[in-house]
Amino acid sequence: MKITRRHLLLLLPAAAVAWKYVEAGTPEAAPNYKLTDHWWGMLIDIPKCIGCGSCVRACSEENGVPDGYFRTWIERYHVADWKIERPDVESPDGGKQGFPPGEIGDGKNFFVPKLCNHCADSPCTQVCPVGATFVTPDGVVLVDKEYCLGCRYCVQACPYGCRFIHPKTNTAEKCTLCYHRITKGLTTACCEVCPTGARQLADLKNPKDPIHEFLRSHTVQVLKPHMATGAKVFYNGMDGSVR
Amino acid sequence: MFKDIEHLVRLAIVMALAILLFIILRAVAVPKSFGQYGHYRGAAITEIASRPVALAGRQVCEGCHTDVAAQKKLGSHVVLSCEACHGAQAKHADDPANVTPPKLDTAVVCARCHEANSAKPKAFPQVVTADHSGGIVCDTCHQPHKPNIENTPAESAQTNTSKKKEAKP
Repeated sequence: MKITRRHLLLLLPAAAVAWKYVEAGTPEAAPNYKLTDHWWGMLIDIPKCIGCGSCVRACSEENGVPDGYFRTWIERYHVADWKIERPDVESPDGGKQGFPPGEIGDGKNFFVPKLCNHCADSPCTQVCPVGATFVTPDGVVLVDKEYCLGCRYCVQACPYGCRFIHPKTNTAEKCTLCYHRITKGLTTACCEVCPTGARQLADLKNPKDPIHEFLRSHTVQVLKPHMATGAKVFYNGMDGSVR
Repeated sequence: MFKDIEHLVRLAIVMALAILLFIILRAVAVPKSFGQYGHYRGAAITEIASRPVALAGRQVCEGCHTDVAAQKKLGSHVVLSCEACHGAQAKHADDPANVTPPKLDTAVVCARCHEANSAKPKAFPQVVTADHSGGIVCDTCHQPHKPNIENTPAESAQTNTSKKKEAKP
């Protein structure tokens, strides 16, 4: 048969479809842990947080976070009387060694632990030009170090400031929700060490997880809900001044 | 039909070769697991999941240190995970003989949680260490695994807040 231009053009899409099947391969069998059985998030109970910095230290140790960078950090808010739109926020060394003691003026003071919100519709993964960051089928936003170019698009896209470029590898870094722990049945490093239970790992697909009852019966917020990122870090008792 | 059909045939061959080259290059360059779950390398998930842990976890600690676990049950520090104070100890758990955790300085460790700070929840026990102990390290009176002191002299049981209230006329 002679291949004419018409024939070739007809063949191309068919070949493309066929190739899709060739490259897909067979999915890897994951022992004991099924990606589709989980949907991870976290609960943060602000009235319980004492700002001790245990979570920040544990996170650094667990994940080898370089000094001066943070996958999780604690902010201390000071809201003077009526200035809800202008809170004073500080986070000395990410709250790693706690906070300077003493009284802070009038108004209210409280701690807010922050970390990646593991958004279901994450802005950071949408801007990655090479598919180096992604939401896993169990709802965790991860970075593939082998693929990351270090272009910093994702760092700018994250509305929560949860990403940074690792100074040594020059690739994007972020909270993995201790993916290497939670897939082994452990809790995250920060939840493991939290002395007051202000942080709790939550599996939203597990009907027995206490998160469901908690969400039903408490006034719970996510950060920047107007951005519709599908954030899965839920804050209990969060003041309106928190950004 | 066309005049000089061989031109088109030649062009078609060149195009076919280019497409073949593209297909081969793509097969070499794109990892097998790319597209397994979405527009990313599926194997990255397993790679990240297979990293070793640094914090052993409370169950592992209490598996050996049963005495401490029993002692903790008697006091309010029962809720604490061991590694909250002692730091990541998975290496110690793997090789207890050769890797020993350092002794902690209670003046630093206790203060992280219990130093008074107006941003801390009011119900949480806090002291101004300078007023509370006058520089004496915490474990002189308190056993960190069971910090509650029974039958204490009234003075040392006073917290900063209770002192303040009394000071006011």
